[in-house]
Amino acid sequence: MIGSPDVVAFTKEDDDGQSTSDPWAIPEEFSIPLHPLADSNPWAKTSYAKFTKDFILISEFSEQVGPQPLLSIPDDPKVCGSFDLNYFSLRIMSVDYQASFVGHPPGSGYPRLSFVEDSRVVLGDSKEGAFAYVHHLTLYDLEARGFVRPFCMAYVSADERKIMLQFQELSARFSKASECLKAGNRRAFAKELQRKLRDLEYTHSVLQREEGLQREAGPQCMYSAHAVEKANELASVEKSIYEHRDLLKQISSYPHRPRRDPQAVACQQCVSECEELFGKYAMIADPLSCTNGGQKGGDDAQGHNGQAVKVDIGEDEYERVQRRPSYTPQLIKAKSAKCFDKRLKTLQELCDHTFYEATVESLKETERSFRGDLCYLHTRRLDRVLRRKQRIINFLFEEELCEDDDDDLDGRATFRPFCAVNHAVDNSRLFNGVPVVLGPEPPKRFDPASDTSHTRDLMLDDNNLKSSCIDREFETQTCSEKPHFKCSNQKSSKPEVLDAESDSTPDYDRKTDLDGESNKEWAKAATDEDGRPEALSEETTRKDGCEKDSKFVPMDAACCMAHEGFLDNPSDAVPHLAVHLQSAQILVVNQEPQALLPLQEDYTVGSLCSENHRAGPLGDAVSRTSAEDGSDCTMSASTGSDWSASPLGNGGMLTLRLKKKAGQGALRFVRQYPFAMQALWSLLSGRTLVVLGADEARVRRLVSALAIFVPAPGKCGERVQPWLCCPFTMTDLHRWKLIGLQRVASPTGSSMLFSLSRYSRYISILDADQKTLRCPPYRGELLANMADHRTYVRRGSTYYLHVQSTLCRLAAKAFLFTFTHHLHLPVNAAEGPDGVEARRRCFLQEQLGLAEDDRQIVLYLSHLITQHYLHAADGRNTAAPSFNFNYTTSVLYKI
Amino acid sequence: MLRWFFGGRETQSSVEKSGVLCIGEEQPKNCFTELQVLKGHFDIVRFLVQIDDFRCASAGDDGLVLVWNVETGERVQELRGHSQQITAMAVLRCGDVRLITASSDRSLSLWDPDTGNRLQTVLDLQSSVKCILVLEWLSAWISGGQELCVWSKDFRLECLKERHSDTGISSLIKLPKNCVAAAVDKTVVIYKLTASGNALSIVEICCLADHQDQIRALVNVNDAMFASGSHAGELIVWDALDYNVLAYQHILWEEPQTHAAQSNIQTGGPKTSEMSIQHLASNGNLVAAAVGSGVYVFSVATKAAVAYRKCAHDSDVLHIALLSDSELMSCSEDGSVRMWEIGELPLAGEPASPGFFGMWTLGRSSRQACPTSKQTSDAAPNKTLELTGDLIGHSGAVQMFVALPENGLLTCSADHQLILWKNGEKQSCLRSLALFRKLEENGGL
Repeated sequence: MIGSPDVVAFTKEDDDGQSTSDPWAIPEEFSIPLHPLADSNPWAKTSYAKFTKDFILISEFSEQVGPQPLLSIPDDPKVCGSFDLNYFSLRIMSVDYQASFVGHPPGSGYPRLSFVEDSRVVLGDSKEGAFAYVHHLTLYDLEARGFVRPFCMAYVSADERKIMLQFQELSARFSKASECLKAGNRRAFAKELQRKLRDLEYTHSVLQREEGLQREAGPQCMYSAHAVEKANELASVEKSIYEHRDLLKQISSYPHRPRRDPQAVACQQCVSECEELFGKYAMIADPLSCTNGGQKGGDDAQGHNGQAVKVDIGEDEYERVQRRPSYTPQLIKAKSAKCFDKRLKTLQELCDHTFYEATVESLKETERSFRGDLCYLHTRRLDRVLRRKQRIINFLFEEELCEDDDDDLDGRATFRPFCAVNHAVDNSRLFNGVPVVLGPEPPKRFDPASDTSHTRDLMLDDNNLKSSCIDREFETQTCSEKPHFKCSNQKSSKPEVLDAESDSTPDYDRKTDLDGESNKEWAKAATDEDGRPEALSEETTRKDGCEKDSKFVPMDAACCMAHEGFLDNPSDAVPHLAVHLQSAQILVVNQEPQALLPLQEDYTVGSLCSENHRAGPLGDAVSRTSAEDGSDCTMSASTGSDWSASPLGNGGMLTLRLKKKAGQGALRFVRQYPFAMQALWSLLSGRTLVVLGADEARVRRLVSALAIFVPAPGKCGERVQPWLCCPFTMTDLHRWKLIGLQRVASPTGSSMLFSLSRYSRYISILDADQKTLRCPPYRGELLANMADHRTYVRRGSTYYLHVQSTLCRLAAKAFLFTFTHHLHLPVNAAEGPDGVEARRRCFLQEQLGLAEDDRQIVLYLSHLITQHYLHAADGRNTAAPSFNFNYTTSVLYKI
Repeated sequence: MLRWFFGGRETQSSVEKSGVLCIGEEQPKNCFTELQVLKGHFDIVRFLVQIDDFRCASAGDDGLVLVWNVETGERVQELRGHSQQITAMAVLRCGDVRLITASSDRSLSLWDPDTGNRLQTVLDLQSSVKCILVLEWLSAWISGGQELCVWSKDFRLECLKERHSDTGISSLIKLPKNCVAAAVDKTVVIYKLTASGNALSIVEICCLADHQDQIRALVNVNDAMFASGSHAGELIVWDALDYNVLAYQHILWEEPQTHAAQSNIQTGGPKTSEMSIQHLASNGNLVAAAVGSGVYVFSVATKAAVAYRKCAHDSDVLHIALLSDSELMSCSEDGSVRMWEIGELPLAGEPASPGFFGMWTLGRSSRQACPTSKQTSDAAPNKTLELTGDLIGHSGAVQMFVALPENGLLTCSADHQLILWKNGEKQSCLRSLALFRKLEENGGL
């Protein structure tokens, strides 16, 4: 869309040394080159750096080994080359950006978590030729010193200015990624705390019991050394419990604390969800409000370990205990080992899986979007800003802007909280109450008995996709997911056990798991799903039971995650819901396979519609030819390689390469045919251009070259028909604005020629074989600079951009004309249509400086804009499209 | 025009000379610069009726009746029910607007065009109905086929008149004094309707047998006259009150050199199909006739031809309409619609163009008690018929067209399509209006 600055950037890809200089630089004579250039290529800015392109580096200041690089994006050793990542990590991590509290601050009884804001710095290492935007952040780790692990993410580039000028956007993007990572980390941290608390409580109860036994056994007044030791141990465990509860409370309060960081915007929905979740945690954590829960937890533990409690509990209680997702608490040794041989958690383990993935994706996206030269980035941004402003007329000559394109466009203006969780999907799932499972699951079984297991099978798939709360923005939307329902994703790794398990449990889990759902949001959620965590936890119990020989299981991340299921069970049970929900469950089970259908339909629509477009309601011949144009050319014997150059061949968006190719084709056309201007005028003024020829390859080449001049070609180039072998009708003429037509010497050929001559008043005909053009004469000036066959432009991409900028200007004129009120409507009641007409004419002539023929282009574009504005929004224009034309004589142009 | 495709170096003008009549691509007087192709039919579309200012109904051989919004081009209703082709269609405007259709499956249906419901059906008629005439003032309507039936507006058969003729009634028109004229083979039969109480009865008054050939077209001229045209090219203007012949024209499309040998019997003359009157139209002053592939305009005041063109189209003209005293429109089997202007002859004494031909009023006074009609027009017609534009869009014969308000035109064709022709500029203004209205609704861009 934008002209010259873009050209500079584009020429880089043409591997051509000579080009205009960087418009941002001071003239050469005033500047002293900091580094002697290794070669004369001004684009090879990185030549003195040891890496070839920009990359993102994630490093950690490990308490064990010091600064170390963890991950680079792109993860390609070639990118970093001989660049010393270790050394650079040291450089960037050496900036100790905040003194973080460790341990017990004075005046507080418990260890405090430090809620550290991220910091952003730009560092340079001129010796290495590397500059970096460095984003420091801390993650929480229960086992780390002070519970914090410092990390940093760095955008490393050889161009300092690039980083300085893009600082805002880099900062916005890295903040997003950081927030995402930290949110995931908080989840993981809370889970870890929960487990730890469980363990502590269990240890506490065991110690208490032992102490009680001792007390009963021994004399009342005297304490043995052993008893004292036990008492001390008990006290330290109690203290530890309080400490951990406090930590849990602190982490729960995280979203509420005031943020100093303006860019750290949290997704509101996530925050509220966090509140809920943490509220639940806090309930367990708070010994006063939730003693019952704690007690139950204890019972639970005993139910599985001590075997004695079962007798006391009533029948339903027993059932509840049975199906409780019991994490098996373990005894904690009195002193936790904080030694250097201990393995620290990896970044993945520190962070909830989904969030980690989302973060990495986000960083990858960041890396992609910052690829290229500063100038290129700048012009691309300008281009996008402009396009965003001209949203209404973008359909004419520009590609559609994606929504997320806008988003990352300008981090400052439209910063939307980034969230790894797709809430929209979440809510719809909640509303439907039916988990939609991916994959071709045929709606096969409907009897409730087998359905439970069936459903559970489906759940398994689902488990792979989700943990507590999943969907990703970056991954394809095919990943449908559960309501935000906590369930251990660990289970998915052991599906076979579950399968065996599932058929044994359906009778009670169906009923009882529901009675717990006093939480109305849970009740709203898919009921059949509620069955699953129980089954899983059931499974957990058994499995754990097997390996329960040793009570002291080392704290292993993988193991920890598995126990999280118990959190899902609300500790207080409300059995009266059971009946109601049971019926609901059957309903849901029956419903589920069908619930797949609309979804799949949704998916198919996307891919099918383009085909429908192409196949169209025409005769067989046409649809056959259009099918040929697709990727699969089974019918066409002559698949020339240069056809693939057709920018509209596969109905996809124009890639940059295709654009360049089309630009080259168009440039060749303009240089080859002196009447190119007339042809372009035909296309731009809405007169269908028919390219007639016997040689398919040549016709297709011409069509693809000219396609860039077709206004509003449609998302997939629907208005261009590159090759047609049958006579066309009136409808085709306004469906397609550019048609490649086969010239054949046969009866069909003559009927084709008949249709050509019959509709000759509506079309311009470019004869590719005889090199003639029959169309109305054009006497305007507008197209002269676009279709000058003595043009000095030599390069296709340059020409393409030149054309784009001219077309953009035209579109802007048309926009102005269309939406200027007084050009279409009388300014007062006395004025008749003639007055308006005169004013319109005057505007086009004087203000826009358009001659008669040029006016037609703007009028046509304006017509398209009007139609688009009136009908595109509602999308249900059932009326046939209107086709405009005028009666003018055509002239035959020869070379 | 084709020639250059084949590489011929000949100029276009020479090609045009050989053509019948070609206006070329420059048509400044043609205001139809926008079109919409309306699809929906599966077979030849033969009938169009205008329901109100913004709706039209179309029907044809597929038995389907489609109601269109002619302002937007949207299909409003689809009336399905007939199993065979539609043979007649009329709008009943007694109270609510209703649509009456007759089909070859020997049934009649009454439709509500607003809802698309079939309100009434009459099945198993003795023969299929060929024409329908609505008599609003009697709240009744007549169907004509092998027999003549009078129906009340709620589809009750009032009376029935059998006719023992092979051809049956081909067309019906209203006449003053509760009379109707029916074209039955070579005769025009006048019936009188009498209402006695609630019942209607119909009586044959007279039978006018002045045509030599089958009557193809019947049209009301004004309150005092009607006209009929036959397959042999006879155009008769009748007095609507006493049923006398007011004028008799036999259009022969003769070449000038055969003047001398004129006689009643034309041996070796033009084929009758070339002078068959396919359709008649009138605006009270003029009668326009579609004669073969030509167009003929007759003035009832002067009882003489005003203007004519023998080769107005490449093929038979199927429908003709007088838009005003000077504008004429015709459509033909060649797939085009042509617009004509009846203009003054530039200068007397200018040689007639080679396409001109003779027109003679034949002396048939022996049978006519009407000497006034014997006005021979030895002089050439005093006006010219100038082609001002043609509409090309259909790929089959254009069966019929309806002129719509606001310079609109709806054409139906054998290519299963309808085309809505409009004035592009006016439409563009309307669209701009809609755009600013929407802009206001949206509160800006």
